[in-house]
Amino acid sequence: MAYYQNIFSEVQVRPIQPEHGIPVDVDKRWGTPFNSYLFGLIGNAQVGPIYIGYLGGLSFVCGLIAFEIIGLNMWASVNWDPVQFVRQLPWLALEPPRPQYGLKVLPPLAEGGWWLIAGFFLTASVLLWWLRLFRRAKALGLGYHVPWAFASAIWLFLVLGFIRPVLMGSWSEAVPFGIFPHLDWTAAFSLRYGNLFYNPFHMLSIVFLYGSTLLFAMHGGTILAVSRFGGEREIDQIVDRGTATERAALFWRWTMGFNATMESVHRWAWWFAVLTTLTGGIGILLTGTVVDNWYLWAVKHGVAPSYPQVYPPVVDPLAVSPGSLTGGAP
Amino acid sequence: MKTFFIVLGASIAFFLTVAMFGLTDWDRPPLAVQQSGFRGTAMAQIHTRAGAAATKAANLAPAPADPAEPGEELAGTTYENVQVLKNVSVNEFNRLMASMTEWVSPEQGCTYCHNTENMADDSLYQKKVARRMLQMTQALNTDWKDSHTGGAGVTCYTCHRGQPVPSNVWFTDPGPNRPGGFIARNNGQNLAAPSVGLASLPYDTLTEYLADKTIDNNAIRVNATTALPTTKGKPIQEAEKTYALMIHMSEGLGVNCTFCHNTRAISDWSQSTPQRVTAWHGIRMVRDINGNYLEPLLSTFPKNRLGVLGDVPKVNCTTCHNGVSKPLNGAHVIDAYPELARATDTVAANPATPMPTAPAVPPETAPAPQ
Repeated sequence: MAYYQNIFSEVQVRPIQPEHGIPVDVDKRWGTPFNSYLFGLIGNAQVGPIYIGYLGGLSFVCGLIAFEIIGLNMWASVNWDPVQFVRQLPWLALEPPRPQYGLKVLPPLAEGGWWLIAGFFLTASVLLWWLRLFRRAKALGLGYHVPWAFASAIWLFLVLGFIRPVLMGSWSEAVPFGIFPHLDWTAAFSLRYGNLFYNPFHMLSIVFLYGSTLLFAMHGGTILAVSRFGGEREIDQIVDRGTATERAALFWRWTMGFNATMESVHRWAWWFAVLTTLTGGIGILLTGTVVDNWYLWAVKHGVAPSYPQVYPPVVDPLAVSPGSLTGGAP
Repeated sequence: MKTFFIVLGASIAFFLTVAMFGLTDWDRPPLAVQQSGFRGTAMAQIHTRAGAAATKAANLAPAPADPAEPGEELAGTTYENVQVLKNVSVNEFNRLMASMTEWVSPEQGCTYCHNTENMADDSLYQKKVARRMLQMTQALNTDWKDSHTGGAGVTCYTCHRGQPVPSNVWFTDPGPNRPGGFIARNNGQNLAAPSVGLASLPYDTLTEYLADKTIDNNAIRVNATTALPTTKGKPIQEAEKTYALMIHMSEGLGVNCTFCHNTRAISDWSQSTPQRVTAWHGIRMVRDINGNYLEPLLSTFPKNRLGVLGDVPKVNCTTCHNGVSKPLNGAHVIDAYPELARATDTVAANPATPMPTAPAVPPETAPAPQ
């Protein structure tokens, strides 16, 4: 008997006839299914057939348009030099319009117009994909847990790129499309608004993000550990407990006195994941709109501790009369 | 098939590991950590011991020249066409000229600035620049003594380090040539630029923040001073520019943010270190140097000394600091050259008496000699 104990699946199930699953009302799937060794290492060896549908097609096309606009603008920013494009790719970006354009719907293309168009198509692509998830879940008779979890991520995406810029009255508040540029934007965002670590919703988001990884490690580890008793069939064991479930539950009850159940652990994981972006989005939404300096907010509400002074008092040189400054005012 | 993928995966992992060790800027232990704030605030300067030793060795101040013989004769009355160092004894004057040669043009010698047929001749542009730089050095050691240069002071060597053009001067960076038309501009950022420590931050903030002597004193400040919004605040793009300037200062001084700031509240002065006040004045000092001493030399410099936009070479924090928080390891370089720490452009009765300390507001800077 082979076990699922590796980081890779050691057992690859390869059906002689491709598996088509349960019969559904509308079954328009595309492509000839085949088996792949590489996919089998990390999941099911059978690839396809895939359901595309008009939502999937539209979503893909919109995503491709956004991808092309961003990529071509990045390439143009290094003068269409292919070597520099590859070399500097992590630094390149498509920037939002400058502050003077406010919420103008289409500033000149070179002045952020492309950013707005790319953002529109990317948002359309993401929203269409959400609808597709929802409709596929419905077609299979599933609950809507996956689409709602995805909606939580879309919430953060929309807050960053649409809702907050609209509330702030300027597209320039939005995030640039680029790898390092969006990270530098994040750092500058925290610096501008007086340290995001003092934002309580940012704190919650971090709790749920790190909590998610902890839960994932605990759950994944538990199931792999009991797979020698058939624990990977955890869904069966929600209703029909076997020795794997009993051992997994006992393990945690022994070590920490309490255990999740085969079902509830997934609820924990789902809520932690969903709340990460939900609280994160709220935190971003409040920044700049209703709170301008999170450190000062934290002082006001007794969150930030004070430390003993280790230097003689340091005073803002501008608070001293500007006329007496070396070099004079300004 | 399976063996092939195992070999492939293992070799990719191997080469990525090698690349990780070989390509990135690792700090090899042992580290030298210097705490600079209350425990728990993570305020500390972290260097490798080897790196700290190397930086120290690279920033040694040169030994001063032997003291000049005492003498009553003044350079301003003895030599022709002495405009700045008039109130200096002839012996001191010649000693300083010899030192300047060592500091600035050790290979080129006197002829870098002087026509040796007639030392008073002003035909070489280098001489006119040097004259202005002497005025600048005297200003840095007097007007800026209390707020920035302190007892250490500066000499030509602080920036020049034996080179006619200091290695860390800068020009306005217009960025790469970019196609026009529909192509999106990118705010002068998003390139792997050394001026911002290879971040994707705006790479030419120095022009705005260090070259413009009339800039508003609050231009660099982006934080709100109240918890809740009261007025329309500054956009994030401004924060990125300030961030870029701060990276320049950090790289130039070889320190991290906590040298000046308690990073939990970057803008709060009461939690900052005293160094932040010195740095604040340093920014003004650099603007003074660029705006009042280098800009006016625009027509003096030949074309090949100017930047791509035809701007003069300018200084920033790195020009003097060269990667250490105190230039030349904090050596009091000015002690042996008191004539560089006073105004000497008028002949006074007793050259040995230092001038009174500078007034709080310095007089309007004299125009550059052309």
